[in-house]
Amino acid sequence: MAAFDELDPLTGRKVLVENFQTFHEVTETVAAPIEIPSGRWWAFFLASLMLLGLLGVSLGWLFWEGIGIWGLNNPVDWGWAIVNFVFWVGIGHAGTLISAVLFLFRQKWRTSINRAAEAMTIFAVICALLFPTVHAGRPWVLYWALPIPNQMGMWPNFRSPLLWDVFAVSTYFTVSLMFWYVGLIPDLATMRDRAKTKARRIAYGIFSLGWRGSTRHWQHYEKAYLILAGLATPLVLSVHTIVSFDFAVSQLPGWHTTIFPPYFVAGAIFSGFGMVLTLMIPLRVWFKLENFITIKHLENMAKIILVTGTMVGYAYGMEFFIAWYSGNAYESFAFANRAFGDYWWAYWTMISCNVISPQLFWFKAVRRSPLALFIISIFVNIGMWFERFVITVTSLHHDFLPSSWDYYSPTLWDVTTLLGSFGLFFTLFCLFCRYLPVIAIAEVKSVMPQADPHYDPKGDHHG
Amino acid sequence: MPAIFPRWTNNIPLAIAILAPIFGAGLVGGVWYYFSPKFTDAGYRPIQPVAFSHKLHAGDMGMDCRYCHNTVERAAHAAIPPTQTCMNCHSQVKTDSPKLAPIRESYESGKSVPWIRVHQLPDYAFFDHRPHLAAGVGCVSCHGRIDQMTVVQMDQPLSMSWCLDCHRNPEPNLRPLDQITNMGWDPATEDYDPKADPARKRALTPPEHCSGCHR
Repeated sequence: MAAFDELDPLTGRKVLVENFQTFHEVTETVAAPIEIPSGRWWAFFLASLMLLGLLGVSLGWLFWEGIGIWGLNNPVDWGWAIVNFVFWVGIGHAGTLISAVLFLFRQKWRTSINRAAEAMTIFAVICALLFPTVHAGRPWVLYWALPIPNQMGMWPNFRSPLLWDVFAVSTYFTVSLMFWYVGLIPDLATMRDRAKTKARRIAYGIFSLGWRGSTRHWQHYEKAYLILAGLATPLVLSVHTIVSFDFAVSQLPGWHTTIFPPYFVAGAIFSGFGMVLTLMIPLRVWFKLENFITIKHLENMAKIILVTGTMVGYAYGMEFFIAWYSGNAYESFAFANRAFGDYWWAYWTMISCNVISPQLFWFKAVRRSPLALFIISIFVNIGMWFERFVITVTSLHHDFLPSSWDYYSPTLWDVTTLLGSFGLFFTLFCLFCRYLPVIAIAEVKSVMPQADPHYDPKGDHHG
Repeated sequence: MPAIFPRWTNNIPLAIAILAPIFGAGLVGGVWYYFSPKFTDAGYRPIQPVAFSHKLHAGDMGMDCRYCHNTVERAAHAAIPPTQTCMNCHSQVKTDSPKLAPIRESYESGKSVPWIRVHQLPDYAFFDHRPHLAAGVGCVSCHGRIDQMTVVQMDQPLSMSWCLDCHRNPEPNLRPLDQITNMGWDPATEDYDPKADPARKRALTPPEHCSGCHR
């Protein structure tokens, strides 16, 4: 591990691709995992596939038997399904932030991580969409949520934030998928041109849409990419804002607060970057991508985690302050109950993971240590899952009517469904790693020193 | 390197652009028409175990609906008459008719005639005849001109939107309470204002919320 980063000879900034690579070496390194089978990949893929099978069993039993197999009870009628939904949607946000917002702000370091982060976004949103689909217990009537004329004379209730969710998340998914796919086209063409089997040539050939890399192609591509970045940027803010409305628009103490939208967005980016680190740190070693996803990249992400984690910590504190300052007895009770009631252990798990653990990133040595980053990123994932659990369950289990108070605990099927959703996520991610370039080859080349027209390796400057 | 795909494949995107909307419209139109109860349910006409003709009994002979379906004003369910009701007359009339053999057999054995139900709502839809009759909805509004049917068939789709059409705007389907079973009374040609009818006791506000019917 380098104590200091290499500097670009022209700009004087830290180089984004270390240990001087030629363009050809970049292509070779990124394409290697796709072209050379690996035993490690199979091990991970089969393990993920087994978890996916567990999801299949859990959902099969759910559809057969109904949502009574979950631990829901009378006050807590929203359990792990909503917790997991918000958790997975939140994970997705880092991908969009990296791909769209950092693109518009000309943050060139995004090029090494945006492809995998966007893939993570799409797979996380698929996992998220799973939960609202199944939590009603009757997935075949899902079309009721869409404004389709029907013989029942039913129309969606546009005043319900749950319906806003349907549109927010499906728009998010569509735009993310388009953005990801458009960015993939030049690299798919590279893979097509390198393909050694007919099947690969045809498959990559279809999806690269006849890309030949002409100037005109690049011109259209750049425009389309910019427009999609512009479309995706507001979604970074809107999607989790609307997810937070599921809670904030209701009138339950602990949910009914105006701080929810910004607090949820910050939390989403926080958790998303946590997941990006969890995925990238092993990936960069196993796929030999250390020259692309450098320590500097990891450090940048650690800084974002520190910022957003601190924002989340501020929101936790502000909720307590307002609960006291408002003088509202119900609000005060909800928060005292959150920290010191039946679920104190969940609350303090959340605080330790989300507020305390990222503060270690004030130390440069921690920010630059992949092992420390990996461990803390796991804590961030755990903490952000617990955040959603705390919000959902502590507000519900002690509502306005003490006679209906109850304790909520999940059943085995809650656990298998959550594990199964990780199976779905990692199965998709394994397939992504196996068949698509995990780094945007064309984009990374454009930020390397030799892509600069003024680059001059011999150092004899011409006027 | 030779081309992977022949030249005509360049037309595929154009073809998709043209055909996909047509296919989409066809799919929506197909579901809209063929999946609707207007297509799947209306016109259902099972062959009954006895060739009972409503046209003869209710139409030509002018029997009141309530002679046989006697619970309709007092119960959720309009009763299917027991064999005894048939025999009130048929112990005197057409006693030897071979068509009535199953009725006589049922009368002697005490086993019900296995009539096949024509108008069937799903279990999750709560329906009660009483308030509908009390509000002045005629039999004909939902069941059609039974008095003209030799074999009874479903006249209306009984779909949820069909129910809601009337619940949202009941007045055109209401009639004076003494005309409930009059199949020939047509609200379109009669001048009747339910709001001005002093005999009417129910408000003109049928439920439109979910639990009105899904309890």
